[in-house]
Amino acid sequence: MNTEAVQVDERAGINLKPSSRQSEPYSIQAPVESGKTVGDITVPDPIFSCRNVDVYYGEKHAIKKVGIDIAKNQVLAMIGPSGCGKSTFLRCLNRMNDTIPSARVEGSIMLDGKDIHDKKQDVVQLRARVGMVFQKPNPFPKSIYENVAYGPRIHGLAGDRVELDEIVHGSLQRAGLWEEVKDRLDHPGTSLSGGQQQRLCIARTIAVNPEVILMDEPCSALDPIATARIEDLMEELRQSYAIAIVTHSMQQAARVSQRTAYFHLGDLIEVGETDRIFTNPRHKLTEDYITGRFG
Amino acid sequence: MTPAALLVALALLSVGAFWIGKSRSLAIVGGTRGVRNLHSLPSHYGFMTALWCALPALAVILVWLVFQDAIILRLVTDHLPAGVRDLPANELSLVLNDVRNLVAGNVGRDAVSEAARGAADEYVRLRGISRMSLTVLTLVMVVCTALFVRSRITPELRARNRVEKVVEWMLIGCSTIAVFTTIGIVASVAFEAFRFFSMVSPIEFLFGTNWSPQTAIRADQVGSSGSFGAVPLFAGTLLISLIAMVIAVPIGLFSAIYLAEYANPRFRTYAKPLIEVLAGVPTVVYGFFAALTIGPALRGWGESFGISVASESALAAGLVMGIMIIPFVSSLADDMISAVPQSLRDGAYALGATRSETIKQVVIRAALPGIVGGVLLAVSRAIGETMIVVMAAGLAANLTANPFEAVTTVTVQIVTLLVGDQEFDSPKTLAAFALGLVLFLVTLALNVLALHIVRKYREQYE
Amino acid sequence: MNSTSKPLKTAKETQAIVAATLSRRYWAERRFRAYGLAAVIAGLAFLVYLFFTIFSNGMGAFRQTQVRLPIYYDAALIDPAGTRKPDDLNAADYAAVIRNSFKLKFPEVEGRAATRELSRLVSGSASFDLQRAVVENPALIGTTVDTWLLASDAVDLLEKGHIERTLAEAERPLTDQQLVWLDKLDAENAVALKFNTVFLTHGDSREPEKAGIWGAVVGSFYTLLLTLLLSFPIGVATAVYLEEFARRNRWTDLIEVNINNLAAVPSIVFGLLGLAVYIGFFGLPRSAPLVGALVLTLLTLPTIIIASRAALKSVPPSIREAALGMGASKIQTVAHHVLPLAMPGMLTGTIIGMARALGESAPLLMIGMVAFIVDIPKGITDASTVLPVQVFLWSDSPERGFMEKTSGAIIVLLAFLVVMNTTAVILRKRFERRW
Ligand SMILES: Nc1ncnc2c1ncn2[C@@H]1O[C@H](COP(=O)(O)OP(=O)(O)O)[C@@H](O)[C@H]1O
Ligand SMILES: [Mg+2]
Repeated sequence: MNTEAVQVDERAGINLKPSSRQSEPYSIQAPVESGKTVGDITVPDPIFSCRNVDVYYGEKHAIKKVGIDIAKNQVLAMIGPSGCGKSTFLRCLNRMNDTIPSARVEGSIMLDGKDIHDKKQDVVQLRARVGMVFQKPNPFPKSIYENVAYGPRIHGLAGDRVELDEIVHGSLQRAGLWEEVKDRLDHPGTSLSGGQQQRLCIARTIAVNPEVILMDEPCSALDPIATARIEDLMEELRQSYAIAIVTHSMQQAARVSQRTAYFHLGDLIEVGETDRIFTNPRHKLTEDYITGRFG
Repeated sequence: MTPAALLVALALLSVGAFWIGKSRSLAIVGGTRGVRNLHSLPSHYGFMTALWCALPALAVILVWLVFQDAIILRLVTDHLPAGVRDLPANELSLVLNDVRNLVAGNVGRDAVSEAARGAADEYVRLRGISRMSLTVLTLVMVVCTALFVRSRITPELRARNRVEKVVEWMLIGCSTIAVFTTIGIVASVAFEAFRFFSMVSPIEFLFGTNWSPQTAIRADQVGSSGSFGAVPLFAGTLLISLIAMVIAVPIGLFSAIYLAEYANPRFRTYAKPLIEVLAGVPTVVYGFFAALTIGPALRGWGESFGISVASESALAAGLVMGIMIIPFVSSLADDMISAVPQSLRDGAYALGATRSETIKQVVIRAALPGIVGGVLLAVSRAIGETMIVVMAAGLAANLTANPFEAVTTVTVQIVTLLVGDQEFDSPKTLAAFALGLVLFLVTLALNVLALHIVRKYREQYE
Repeated sequence: MNSTSKPLKTAKETQAIVAATLSRRYWAERRFRAYGLAAVIAGLAFLVYLFFTIFSNGMGAFRQTQVRLPIYYDAALIDPAGTRKPDDLNAADYAAVIRNSFKLKFPEVEGRAATRELSRLVSGSASFDLQRAVVENPALIGTTVDTWLLASDAVDLLEKGHIERTLAEAERPLTDQQLVWLDKLDAENAVALKFNTVFLTHGDSREPEKAGIWGAVVGSFYTLLLTLLLSFPIGVATAVYLEEFARRNRWTDLIEVNINNLAAVPSIVFGLLGLAVYIGFFGLPRSAPLVGALVLTLLTLPTIIIASRAALKSVPPSIREAALGMGASKIQTVAHHVLPLAMPGMLTGTIIGMARALGESAPLLMIGMVAFIVDIPKGITDASTVLPVQVFLWSDSPERGFMEKTSGAIIVLLAFLVVMNTTAVILRKRFERRW
């Protein structure tokens, strides 16, 4: 696994020594060759390990030969101009693309060493392990309590009402929403503010004890204060879960993530430690993007 | 001239007026080359002349025709022999009916009395005079207006604006017809209903449990209490509607769910229109089907299980009505289900819900207001449905909740009371209007409520 | 934020629970899906059953039993005076001619009663056909011509298999003796099922074998034509006003609410309106297509208005802006540019409205279009009936023969509806435009 990534770097002719990076900051220029990601796509003991993932929407080739690992207890940020396939890749990880008739996914995506496209892998089980939070908060048209209780109910996680209450209580607490809603659990979920709704969706997701949480621009519909709360929350949640987040805001990526992946027109251009990507990008496209020259 | 011929003549004259206006406008600017000096196109002057001629004449003709019959009858009545003229009002109206029928050629001359024959001749004579005068009046009006307008045409005349103003007013006029229809329904039905309530107390009508309008006439006890209690009718209507809903709501809802969420596109393109064919079949066909096939079949099945089923059972009518209503429920539910945003479904799938769990607990839950609205509309249809119940439900006003017995409904009674010979002014006839008023108000309330709910629901996801 | 509160279960425990209940959940999934499919199939099955019943009952109405008999046009019976005047020819007793011809065919039959029994094999109306033939062609008198006569209702039912021969004599409308004669005729190929022109070309009748739908078809035609002439212009004008001219205010809101509600008012209420206003107040004739059309106009207007407004809405604003920008007036813009583009949609809506009007019967019962009418109506004020009401009238008749006629009339009605709706679909497909 490791060798593959190293090979990529060698063929691309990057000198990894810091000194030469200084003198020749962007040694790699477009055109991009698919599958030739700059930086180390591997991590030790990954929860997700993806290789050569291609997604097509009918004729459209939305992401091309993407390979990347996702580490436990870390936040991976995915950035890139819109339409570059970030959401598409994220949706591969819990097979949400199954719900789009025209979508076709190829390549290998291993969760804990098992291929999620394996015949024996059940998609319901997979999604119970890999939760997802969406761009627009989408609470169900039910009460706050029922929104959180929905997952445990369908999966039969609570033996009785007392246990269900505890799960709801615990999830809301960990999502930082409990103090705000404890007196109105029977109000509809849609009566909350946007930021609260998004935290409700997070609480709903963690109520089923997932291992990975995928977040697709979770803050883009929210104001700065609500955004800050969610960012704090991500830092907390990282203790228990692996998190992959798509974001449009580079500041957010820099604040919340440990690793960053940069996508461009369906290609995964560069992966690396967040600090390194933002201070010292190695690919010209990455540099252009984070310095705001386009995107 | 007969009115139809007169209208044709008016149309031809209007075409003539168009040419007069158009050629006059061209003439005053010296032919086609001077058109740019005209404020409007020559055809606008033509239209203006034609409209100015036709509209007033048309108004005169309509008013004349509306009142012609009443006035002539009045004169004819005065002309009747004294002995006939002094008859009580209802007998006199019978004579006048004979006169009308004779004039219309519905009956032979021998079939009516001497007095009626004379009156009919008088009627025809007066009608001839009236038509003659109308023709002359119309022609004179048209010619005068045409000449007048022609004399007023100048290059500065803003013919286009005037024509357009008239057209706009005509559009406004057309759009008010919907309002006048409602007013007409309320006014006419309510008017007759109030006359009924002056003979039978509304309390008796709304809460009485004995309905036998025929008896009231026969025993000469007009408005006698106990005969116009409409509760069995309301109960029968509700029973049949309920049976229909029990059939239509689950089948309609489940097929909408299947077609919207499960079926492959090919199956959907064929199955959806086919199910909607059920809504296009005339109700009289369902009525025949219910009376001829379903009724006897249910009776047969009932016998084999030892249950006695009336041949005009509420079950047969309700069942067939339910079939008719399936497509209403399914296409409305389909709309509502499709309006549920994908993001809600995604939210449930992302938690690991199966498709049916998503549908049952999220999609249906979200679409519920819309579906309830659709079901209310369907209930209103069931209550107002006439032919199926007329042909397949009974006439006997039984107060029962047993679907195997025959019941009657509001619409059946309206039809029974009004079809065939009827005497106006008898409570029997007027009772139909009272029933109609109740029917109108109930369905109106259901519709307003349903449309309100559906609109609120649509706004929520727009 | 109390972030230390840990999940009650570990992820592994959770996964075990999920896995354990999985098969039960998939069963529920399959069951739910099966309910859905069953519902669709039930709907389709009803449709198939309905059509099957109607067609299997009604196809027989398009065929009719006829009996071939050598008719002797006896001059002594038809025109004893030898005047050959139409009046005399019309006055002759043609039933006797038929009886005589039967006697010649079956010389063994003796006595008046038996002769009558024999002649009841053919329809009572067969004599009118002979009368017409003779008046048209007096040269027939004195000749013998093999003629196909309309069989009686009972013979027709027997030939079509609706009456069991095995029934006891008292329980069927044909006597044993009649069956014997019939078999004899049958053996000579003198009994045959032929295409039923009477059904398609005649008005109503009390005798099933003489009853036809033409009167109802013509009545429907007049009614629908007038409905179309009234409702299409009014509907389009209303839609144009509301979409293109009216500003949103209380008044237009009121109109909109009215239209939406009228679309859902039971049709019988419109019938009450017609009875009270058109007939009671304006004194228009009962049973006339004129009044029927006035009622159906009000009934179909909401449909047409709603469809027309949708068609106008689908014309993009850029077209209006382009025309207005060139200095066209509002009315010119609408008349020259918007209406032509919206016309296919409006026509589609109108055809669908007309199809609904064609199938409508309840309001027409109210205004008396339910009378027994033999003559073919000649104008919009003649008493007439319409196809669905004819179905209703026949379905009420006790004679077995009318049951077949009812289904036959339904088939004709459905055929018209299919043609109209197909036209609407084709129109929509053909002019469907994506902007
Ligand atoms: N359901 C779909 N059907 C067809 N094409 C899609 C669909 N979803 C996304 N795409 C296309 O795939 C590409 C990647 O989209 P997406 O993953 O949503 O981009 P991002 O989230 O990075 O903005 C885009 O060009 C988009 O147009
Ligand atoms: Mg995206």
